[in-house]
Amino acid sequence: MQVELRDIHKFFGPVHANRGITLTIPAGTIQGLLGENGAGKSTLMKILSGFIRPDRGEIRLDGRPVSFRSPADALRQGIGMLHQDPLDFPPMRVLDNFVAGSPGGLLPDKEDARQALLSISQQFGFSLDPDAYVDTLTVGERQQLEIVRLLWLGARVLIFDEPTTGISAQQREKLFAALRRLADEGRTIIFVTHKLEEVQALCHRVAVLRSGELVGEAQAPYDLDRLVEMMFGKVITVGRAEPVPLGEPVLELRDLAVEDHRLHIRGVTLDIRAGEVIGLAGMEGSGQRRLLRAAAGLIRPTGGTVRFLGQDMTGRPYLDFHKAGATYIPADRMTEGLFPDLTIAEHVALAREQTGFLLNAEQMRAWAQEAIENFSIRGRPETPARALSGGNQQRLLLALMRPDLRLIFMEHPTRGLDLESALWIWRKLKDRCRKGTAIFFMSSDLEELLNYSDRVLVFFGGRVSRPLPAEELDVERLGQLIGGYGFDRVANDAITEPQTEGKAA
Amino acid sequence: MSWDLILTGLAGVVAMATPVVFATLGETLTERAGVINLSVNGTILLSAMGGFVAALTTGSLWLGFLVGMLIGGAVAFLVAFTSLTLKQSQVAVGFVLALFTRDLSYYLGNPFVGKQGPRVPVMPIPGLSKIPVLGELLFDHDPLTYLSIVLIFVTWFWVYKTRPGLILQGLGERPAAAYARGANVRLQRFIYTVLGGMLVGLAGPTYSLSVKAGWKGTISGLDGIGWIALALTIFGAWNPLRGAAGAYMFALLQWLSLVVQPYLPGVPTQVLQVAPFPLMILTLLLVNIGNTEWMKRTLAGLPPDARHFISRILRALQVTPPAGLGRAFEEE
Ligand SMILES: Nc1ncnc2c1ncn2[C@@H]1O[C@H](COP(=O)(O)OP(=O)(O)OP(=O)(O)O)[C@@H](O)[C@H]1O
Ligand SMILES: [Mg+2]
Repeated sequence: MQVELRDIHKFFGPVHANRGITLTIPAGTIQGLLGENGAGKSTLMKILSGFIRPDRGEIRLDGRPVSFRSPADALRQGIGMLHQDPLDFPPMRVLDNFVAGSPGGLLPDKEDARQALLSISQQFGFSLDPDAYVDTLTVGERQQLEIVRLLWLGARVLIFDEPTTGISAQQREKLFAALRRLADEGRTIIFVTHKLEEVQALCHRVAVLRSGELVGEAQAPYDLDRLVEMMFGKVITVGRAEPVPLGEPVLELRDLAVEDHRLHIRGVTLDIRAGEVIGLAGMEGSGQRRLLRAAAGLIRPTGGTVRFLGQDMTGRPYLDFHKAGATYIPADRMTEGLFPDLTIAEHVALAREQTGFLLNAEQMRAWAQEAIENFSIRGRPETPARALSGGNQQRLLLALMRPDLRLIFMEHPTRGLDLESALWIWRKLKDRCRKGTAIFFMSSDLEELLNYSDRVLVFFGGRVSRPLPAEELDVERLGQLIGGYGFDRVANDAITEPQTEGKAA
Repeated sequence: MSWDLILTGLAGVVAMATPVVFATLGETLTERAGVINLSVNGTILLSAMGGFVAALTTGSLWLGFLVGMLIGGAVAFLVAFTSLTLKQSQVAVGFVLALFTRDLSYYLGNPFVGKQGPRVPVMPIPGLSKIPVLGELLFDHDPLTYLSIVLIFVTWFWVYKTRPGLILQGLGERPAAAYARGANVRLQRFIYTVLGGMLVGLAGPTYSLSVKAGWKGTISGLDGIGWIALALTIFGAWNPLRGAAGAYMFALLQWLSLVVQPYLPGVPTQVLQVAPFPLMILTLLLVNIGNTEWMKRTLAGLPPDARHFISRILRALQVTPPAGLGRAFEEE
C-alpha cells in the first residue's frame, strides 16, 4: 500500500510538533525515519496510525484520501503501529493478548486464533508460546507478538517506533529479517530510529525530521555524515575520550551472589577504582540489573560482601550508600527517577541541601535556571518533568546529581537518546570520572559499552564473565559472548578449573 | 453441636454471604475497568434503607430491589462522572460519598426505623433441595442467593472467557493498549462503574429485605460491610471466584464468632462480633506480604531451601492490582 502524507501539522499547545510534513512512501519499501529527540517522529507516526488527529493535512492510501477515527479504525484500513513500549497487557497470556480486540462475536474462537498465531509466527521464525504470560517475555518477543497480531488483523502498513531499544542483537537480526520479508511481500514498513547503522543496514530510503520539519530524504546507499548533518543541523564528531587515570578502589565486591526465582549468579569479585567505568553486558534479564541493584544496596545480595570507600556496606540499604556518596540512576526515568508532575525548579530544589523549612521561590528559579543552562535542558524552570523529552529528562537527572559523588550506578545511561544527547551525556559523565568518580553501569548498546567502559562484565545463562578489558573486545566479539558463544572461556567460574585452552570453535 | 445444627449454620453462612458476594462482584468489575469506587460502604447502607422504604410503602419487593440498584447506580455514576469526566480524584470523591451516603441513609431512614416490612420468601428448588447435605446448603434459599451464585460464575465467565471480558481486563491494566484495540475507554469505564455500582446497590436490599430484614438505622449492623467488600476485591485478586470465596470466608468467620460465644463467657460479645474484621485485615496483609521490601530482605537471609519454599507460597497468595487502577486516561 502506498502511503502519502501531505502537509501534516500538529500543535501541542504552543509546541508545533509537526510543521507541514509531506512524504510519499511507495508500497514494498522500508522507509527509515530519522531525527533527534523531540523532532516529531512519534507524533507523525501516531497521526498516521490514528492515535492522534492532525490539525491540518491529509493522509492518502493508494491515492485515496482517508481519515482515522481511532487506532482500531486505522488498523481496519490497513495501518498498524508498534509502539516503542509495546502496547500489550503484561499479566495476560500471549493468546489472550492476541485475541483481545479482534473482531467477532461474544466468544472468541481460541483454537482458530492459536493456529493463526502459530502459523504466522512460524513464517517469520518467531517462537511464541501461546500459553506463556506476556510479562515473562522479553521486549523482543513482545514485539514479535504485536507484529503477528497486526498481520493477523490485516495490517498492510507497519510502523515501528524505535523497535531496537532494549532487544538483543539476535532478536534485532530476526526482526530485520522479518521486516525485509514483509517488504518483499509488498507491505510498507516505516522504521523510526536514532541509529544510523540501522538505517544503513535495513532501510531502502530515509527521511529526516528536525524540529517538526522534513529536512531531507535520501536513498541507499547513504552518506552518513550528511545524514548526521541533516539530523542535527551541524557536523558531529565522535572522538574517543582520552584515558582517565585511575585511583583507589571505590567499590569492592567479593564473591557477590544475587538470585531471583530463575537466576543464581555467584562469585562476582571486582574492584572499581576511582575514575573507572565498568559496564555490564548481556541480554535483558540475565542478572545485570540485579547485580547492579545489589551492589547499590537496593536489594540484598544473597552472598558475598560489598565494600564502599573501604567500609563494609553488605546488606545496608541504598540510603546509606547515598549518604556515603553514591547515586543510582534507573532506566525508567519517569517512574523511578523523577516525579512526573514536579517542575524542573522543584526537582532542583529537592536535590539541594535543605537549609530552611520553606521554599524560596526566587532561589528555586535561580537554581533551576543555572541547571538548565549548564545541562542544556530544553525546558523552563516551571516545566513539569513529564513534559520533557527523554533526552532532557536524562539531562535533568544528571543536573540533580551532587557534585561530590564518588560512584554512579546507571541503567542504560543513553537508552532512547539521540546521538548528540548520548555523546553529551557521556562527556559529562567522563568529566566526573576525571574528578575521581567511578561509574558502574549496564547497557544493551554494545558500542556504548565498548566506547566508554574500562572493563566489561558479560552475563550469560545465569553466569558472569570475569572483568574483560574493553580494548580487548570489539562489537562482534562482545555480541558473541552475550549470545553465549565462547562464553565458557571467559566465565568467572572457569578460572578455578584447570585451563584447557580449547580451539575457538 | 449436632451435625444438623452445623449444616443449618453453614446454610446460613451461604445466605449471609449473599450481599457481600454482590458487592464484591460489583467492585471487582469496576476495578477491573480501572476505576476505584470507594463509596461501597455508604452505598450499601443507602440502598438498604431506600430499598426497604420502597418495598414497605408500595408493598412490592421488586420495586425495593429496583430502587436499591438505582441508588447504587446513581452513586457510582457520580464517582464515574467526577473522575472520568471532571478528572477529579476517585479516591477523594469515593471516600466523601461513602461518608455522605451513610449519614444520609441514617437521616432519611429515621422515620422508618423498626417498622415491619416485607421479606423475600425462601424458595427451595424442587428436586435439588432434596439432595442430602448439598440440598440444604445450596438449594434451600431465597432467589437472591441463587442469583448471587449464578452471578459469580457469569462474572467469571465474562471476565475470562468472552471477547469484551478480555478488553475489560485490559482496560484496568493498560487503557492505552485497550484503546489501540478499539475500545472506547471512557465509555466502557463509565458502563462498568455504573454496572458495578448497581450490583453493590443490590447488596443493600438483600440485607434489608432478606438477610437482616428491616431497617434499624445506626444499629442495623451493616456499617463496615462495604469496606470488607473492598478488601475482598483485593484479596480476590480481582478474580470473581476468589473474591466470592473470600465473601464466604468472611460470612463463615461471622458465624463462628456467634458459635464460639457461649464457650467463651469471659470475652465480651462485642469483641467476638467485630473479630472477623481484623481477621480480614490479617488475610489482606498475608496476600501482600510477598511484595514488601522487608520480606524480601528477610527471605534473602534464609537458607536456600526454606527461601524457595516460602517464596513459592507467597507468590501463590500474592496479588497485583491492575496496573492502570485509579489512573486517568487521555486518548491523545
Ligand atoms: N502529548 C503531548 N503533549 C504535549 N507535547 C507533546 C506531546 N507529545 C509530544 N509532544 C512534544 O512534541 C514534540 C515532538 O515529540 P515526539 O514525541 O514526536 O518526538 P520524537 O521525534 O518521537 O522524539 P524521541 O526521539 O525522543 O522519541 C516534543 O517537543 C514533545 O515534547
Ligand atoms: Mg518518539
